[in-house]
Amino acid sequence: MSGSGNSATQNSATETLDPPMPQRLPTSLVEVGMVVGLLIAVLVLWEAAVYVFKPAPIILPAPSVIWQEFLLSPGYFLQMSAFTLYTTLAGFGLAVVLGLALAVGIVHSKFIERTVYTLLVALNSVPKVALAPLFVIWMGTGVEPKIAIALMLALFSVVIDAVLGLRSVDPDMVNLARASRASSFAILRKIRFPNALPSIFAGLKVAISFALVGAIVGEFVAGSEGLGFAILTAQGQFDTPRVFVCLMLLGLLGTALFFVVEACERLLLPWHVSQRGGGGSGH
Amino acid sequence: MAYLSISGLRKTYGSPRGPVTALRGIDLEVNEGEFVSILGPSGCGKSTLLKCIAGLEGTSAGTIRVDGQVLAAPPKDMGIVFQRDVLLDWRTILDNVLITAEFAGLKGPAVRERALALLGRFGLGGFESRHPWELSGGMRQRAAICRALLCDPKLLLMDEPFGALDAMTRDDLNLELARIWQDTRKTVVFVTHGITEAIFLSDRVVIMDRNPGRIVEVIDIDLPRPRHLAMRESPEFGRYVARVRHLFASLGVLKDDAP
Repeated sequence: MSGSGNSATQNSATETLDPPMPQRLPTSLVEVGMVVGLLIAVLVLWEAAVYVFKPAPIILPAPSVIWQEFLLSPGYFLQMSAFTLYTTLAGFGLAVVLGLALAVGIVHSKFIERTVYTLLVALNSVPKVALAPLFVIWMGTGVEPKIAIALMLALFSVVIDAVLGLRSVDPDMVNLARASRASSFAILRKIRFPNALPSIFAGLKVAISFALVGAIVGEFVAGSEGLGFAILTAQGQFDTPRVFVCLMLLGLLGTALFFVVEACERLLLPWHVSQRGGGGSGH
Repeated sequence: MAYLSISGLRKTYGSPRGPVTALRGIDLEVNEGEFVSILGPSGCGKSTLLKCIAGLEGTSAGTIRVDGQVLAAPPKDMGIVFQRDVLLDWRTILDNVLITAEFAGLKGPAVRERALALLGRFGLGGFESRHPWELSGGMRQRAAICRALLCDPKLLLMDEPFGALDAMTRDDLNLELARIWQDTRKTVVFVTHGITEAIFLSDRVVIMDRNPGRIVEVIDIDLPRPRHLAMRESPEFGRYVARVRHLFASLGVLKDDAP
């Protein structure tokens, strides 16, 4: 998660520094090239280290062994990944819908703020992972408890950032709308919500990673599918290469999900300061 | 009867050290088609007074009538311009201007045509599909004025609209506002702390003082219209400026350094 955060700040930094538009694409290609290069370098170094130091395969298998393990049963691994992806997206999607609705309620009603918001903060200070067994008791060992745990882990960051965004609107913007006799729903839709989007997306980027954590935790606790389950069974058989395949797929999945959210942000917020190219000259 | 009439207006705020009186004993009548400036030092409550007229702030006592109706909410047929342009970054200039129509439930090509015509008139033709951050401060404020004028309001409220602009842009916009007023004869209440600006634009200048915010004098500006920037060098104009300065000096707002 921290790695993804770093690359996000790097992106915006280079974008503000690049003056002309046509140079932006090659720069980002160079960036991608650098990341891929770094990954290859790490893998090569890893392979070489295993070749030289010969650790027990159960402790650290070589990347080539991990790759062969994946090739042995790609269908199995992809099926497990698909299940985890589904759980993550379902939990994340529900967290977004529920979180935004809660945030709107919290901003609009002092009562909801005092009750629901306080409860949410209290709930967030309980290690939510510890609640996972309870969810299994309530919902069984199917997909539902996993989705519920993913939802619970993702929800808080959605709500916190959405509330922050909805609140931090320029009072004069609201005054302008009120002076035009706008309804409070119109103010929400046309001013508060678009104004909150950058903040909401900051929350979504954190939430998507948390949803993945939640899905894995759910699979750890009980179940018969998903990458978390695959890791657990492989561990039981001391099949370290298999554990590593799952870990790498998880890394890929998490990174891909983060960048999908970021791509949505770019698509939806071309107007935001962080997305503007060198062309803007505001002041 | 006056289009806007304020009588016995008082506005107090609660504060930890007891109530603070922001405005006291405000009586003011503004006729239809009149341009009235409210001039005063910072903290005299002139912006608060404007927000009360706009129906954006409640009052503690007294009544405000707009077009004969006692004010309870923002009145119909009102446009407002703030010191900051508050354009929405996610909308183009045209869509920013159109937002007042959207709030009023107006849509369609006619409103769009009107918005484009207004933008053209304010020198923003060709900029309608740009975003606010691509424009200079002066252009942004022009767009904000277009937005206020879009629904052809009878009452135009302006809260130090040119206060954040440089002197040249300010002159420019003063002239444009004077022209627009000349053509449309809207009722305008214009809050400012610029003496020259107030005299140049107005039929009457309302002078306010602070602690508590109150009206100390109303000066009729009897200068010919249409007005031109060069008039600011005329002796009559100078006399008005001197009179206002003298008044502020006697109130202790302006310190006179003459011996």
